[in-house]
Amino acid sequence: MATDSLSVTFSALADPTRRAILGRLADSPATVKELSAPFAMSGPAVSKHLRVLERAGLITRGRQAQWRPCRLEAAPLKDVAEWAEGYRRFWEGSHDRLDEYLRQLQGKETNHVRDR
Amino acid sequence: MSETDSVGETTITTPSDREVVMARTFEAPRTLVWDAYTKPEHLRQWLLGPEGWTMPVCEIDLRPGGEWHFLWRRPEGDELEMRGVYREIVPPERLVNTESWGGEWPETENTVQLFEENGATTVTTTILYPSKEARDAAIATGMADGADRSYGLLDEYLRTLA
Repeated sequence: MATDSLSVTFSALADPTRRAILGRLADSPATVKELSAPFAMSGPAVSKHLRVLERAGLITRGRQAQWRPCRLEAAPLKDVAEWAEGYRRFWEGSHDRLDEYLRQLQGKETNHVRDR
Repeated sequence: MSETDSVGETTITTPSDREVVMARTFEAPRTLVWDAYTKPEHLRQWLLGPEGWTMPVCEIDLRPGGEWHFLWRRPEGDELEMRGVYREIVPPERLVNTESWGGEWPETENTVQLFEENGATTVTTTILYPSKEARDAAIATGMADGADRSYGLLDEYLRTLA
């Protein structure tokens, strides 16, 4: 069982239904009933997913017993998002540079301005 | 958005539950691309991520069991570190190593394969995650392009951070 915060976030995100729920909550807070509708799932099944998201700190739920609207809490996503976005940008940028560098090593001029 | 060019683009696919594969074709012979991937004097020239990063540490002990350690410094001054161990070295076609970003990030096993055809070299990097969950989470958070809501969600969220 994962205990560190990033692992808890990861395992909460590692489910398409839960990601879809977060996507829905990005638009506005919603009740369990509202969240159940698009997923062809029973209220209890959705509630199970909500408990996982709540434990991961990705959502909070209102106090009103009847409705308990769910609200997205984006803070835990920040670490994950920074990591993933950094990774993608990292490789795209590096591969572009390698492309250019390999041309230089082979003595091939390119159309790019040499700005080194 | 600029026009996309299918040549010279990094493609990302998911051939199995625990893997992500990146592929990119370079117009250079395989031996040269191998050097570019395994020698510090070359790596320092290109393995720099986004504009403005530098690579003050690039240590490579290229033998099975040998360690590698890379450290980058961003223009803002903060640093990013990666390290791992080489598992398999078959020049100029195959390189297997572990990769860890430290702390809570899951360690992956990366296999770099180089294929040459008509003077161009395709490099595929297979990243093997410890579990499907770790892999899916990495994908879900935007490592690969995807049309699902989570990607849009994170995209949206990143804009709010900017």
